[in-house]
Amino acid sequence: MTEQIDKALAREYEAGFVSDVESETFVPGLDEDVIRRISAMKNEPEWMLEWRLSAFREWLEMEEPDWALVDYPKIDFQSISYYSAPKSMQDKPKSLDEVDPELLRTYEKLGIPLVEQQMLAGVAVDAVFDSVSVVTTFREKLEEAGVIFCSISEALHKYPDLVRKYIGSVVPKKDNYYAALNCAVFTDGSFVYIPKGTRCPMELSTYFRINEQNTGQFERTLIVADEGSHVSYLEGCTAPQRDENQLHAAVVELVALDNAEIKYSTVQNWYPGDENGKGGIYNFVTKRGICHTNAKISWTQVETGSSVTWKYPSCILKGDNSVGEFYSVALTRGRQQADTGTKMIHLGKNTKSTIISKGISAGRSNNSYRGLVRMNPGAQGARNYTQCDSLLIGDQCGAHTFPYVESRNPSAIVEHEATTSKVSDEQLFLCRQRGLDPEKAVSMIVNGFCKEVFKELPMEFAVEAGKLLEISLEGSVG
Amino acid sequence: MSNTKSLLTIKDLHASVEEKQIIKGLSLDVKPGEVHAIMGPNGAGKSTLGYVLSGRDGYHVESGSVALDGDDLLAMETEERARAGLFLAFQYPVEIPGVSNLEFLKAAVDAQRQARGEDPVTSADFLKEAKAACKQVNLPVAFLKRGVNEGFSGGEKKRNELMQMLLLKPKLCILDETDSGLDIDALQVVAEGVNSQRSDDRSFIVVTHYQRLLDYIKPDFVHVLSGGKIVKSGDASLALELEAQGYAWLQNEPAEDELEG
Repeated sequence: MTEQIDKALAREYEAGFVSDVESETFVPGLDEDVIRRISAMKNEPEWMLEWRLSAFREWLEMEEPDWALVDYPKIDFQSISYYSAPKSMQDKPKSLDEVDPELLRTYEKLGIPLVEQQMLAGVAVDAVFDSVSVVTTFREKLEEAGVIFCSISEALHKYPDLVRKYIGSVVPKKDNYYAALNCAVFTDGSFVYIPKGTRCPMELSTYFRINEQNTGQFERTLIVADEGSHVSYLEGCTAPQRDENQLHAAVVELVALDNAEIKYSTVQNWYPGDENGKGGIYNFVTKRGICHTNAKISWTQVETGSSVTWKYPSCILKGDNSVGEFYSVALTRGRQQADTGTKMIHLGKNTKSTIISKGISAGRSNNSYRGLVRMNPGAQGARNYTQCDSLLIGDQCGAHTFPYVESRNPSAIVEHEATTSKVSDEQLFLCRQRGLDPEKAVSMIVNGFCKEVFKELPMEFAVEAGKLLEISLEGSVG
Repeated sequence: MSNTKSLLTIKDLHASVEEKQIIKGLSLDVKPGEVHAIMGPNGAGKSTLGYVLSGRDGYHVESGSVALDGDDLLAMETEERARAGLFLAFQYPVEIPGVSNLEFLKAAVDAQRQARGEDPVTSADFLKEAKAACKQVNLPVAFLKRGVNEGFSGGEKKRNELMQMLLLKPKLCILDETDSGLDIDALQVVAEGVNSQRSDDRSFIVVTHYQRLLDYIKPDFVHVLSGGKIVKSGDASLALELEAQGYAWLQNEPAEDELEG
């Protein structure tokens, strides 16, 4: 069976095309000058440049972490270009009509039409291409509700006080190696602000696309949900198929003020590399949210891409009665490696967290869940429930679970359940004996395994996620 | 009868599992509408026959031929055999957690319809049909929403197999020791379900160790499988004979074909 799996897994990556767009790209290399140039390109306020430079100086003193169960050659940070933008974006097109049609075609090919009439009703999109935001749709409709949804570069100009107040407030500059690097060189990303008591009238979504070769993508997303507000946000990512590895080091910060709720969903489909592990995106991402009193943050992720994933969307449950959730599906195949999970830091009283992690490993891949649940002394009556399930397809892949529990409050309750199972020959045989072809059978079994997580995704995307999984597993059995 | 075209024709079948020969020259002819019981001691190759016919991985045909409706069954993939109308009711049905029975059944029915060039059945129509099938096999309708066989008792699993059969409407049903692990009430339900499906264009191969199932499902023919081949064939009375004598006598009796040869 393994031989058949290997053969079948050598499938095409559908988003692997390259767009023919003329770009302005920095020569590879990283020093303070590069950072000054990035800041200058974006015409940033002085404080922002200073912030970047101080992060860079911290970064120079830091060590690349090596505790994750992933193995990759040392990254040469001087061989990466830290800025690339389509030339057509230099004139800052004011409306969709002025945007280079090739860029619009790129997103259309990816199934993300940016022309509002063709879009999913009820979803506003910020499209980020390499280092810049191409367009943000449905802005007027959102403005009517008082919702701010724009690129972070634009927010720095229009809403500098808001950005300055919250940027780095959840993920400090020197939080970790990749976060510090991101602080120094981030190029674009999305900014969201939901005013007090407002329910965002539509789903917000950012679609990240890496196009240029040897370019890193360092985006930064900041979402602030003011008191009593509610927002659901989704990010998607793809990249062309290239033989060289590319670095993606993002930072996402969520701030849920009292009684606010943020639902953040990710469908990650960066290029995973070929079946021998050549090429693919190194995905080193820091995502964290802070919950004030009675607030709730829910992370849902479907991770199918990247050759190396290092990612732990986390919640700091600072306010009493706040709630953190983490629902994850991570699928690895070929030579992919994923080390992903979450941190739930319980500070407030009666805080609650739920972790549901589903890891699926196929081919020769390695899939690890790594999660921390910490109950601080003040977390009176706090509760956590963790469930980690691993599913193996074939017999050459690995699934690992690394739960860390630190409880410093005797009244806190922490529960952990873990299972490992295989897509068995018996299950496949039953499906085929009833007339299903093997691919449909595997995708059905895997979808069933992921059901608890998929039901957390916004409806429009749950279908997409199921399909993505189906494509990812195409031919996973012969 | 003899003029009717055969549904299944097995000729001198030899098959092995993990390089061990289990089926050693088996021949069988099944005409539409017939019910054949295959009995025999443990290790005779009864379950293997069902797996070989349905094309399970790891079961290798070494020689011989099998035709279903005139087509070469052995040249087909497992799922193609199913779509051609072959159904195997499992002795130990496996669980598929998280995949609802309804979703699974509809996917299976649609896959078979697609193979016949038909459109998928609408969800509303299918639900109606599935509910009726539930009722017929005495399973609560809530079972449609539960994961395939997930947490089902032994009897519920067997009834679930039967429900699949009702919905897939196969031409040839192989029941692999469907009676094992069933109490008498469950056995009756299953038998009634099977009997309700007997028709002129549907045939059954009932594989069983015990005669008791045949009290409820009356076979047209009974075959005794021993050492990988059919050593004796007869009508329903043969089953009663076996019940009275056990299988020990088989060791002393030469195979039929050897007598003929």
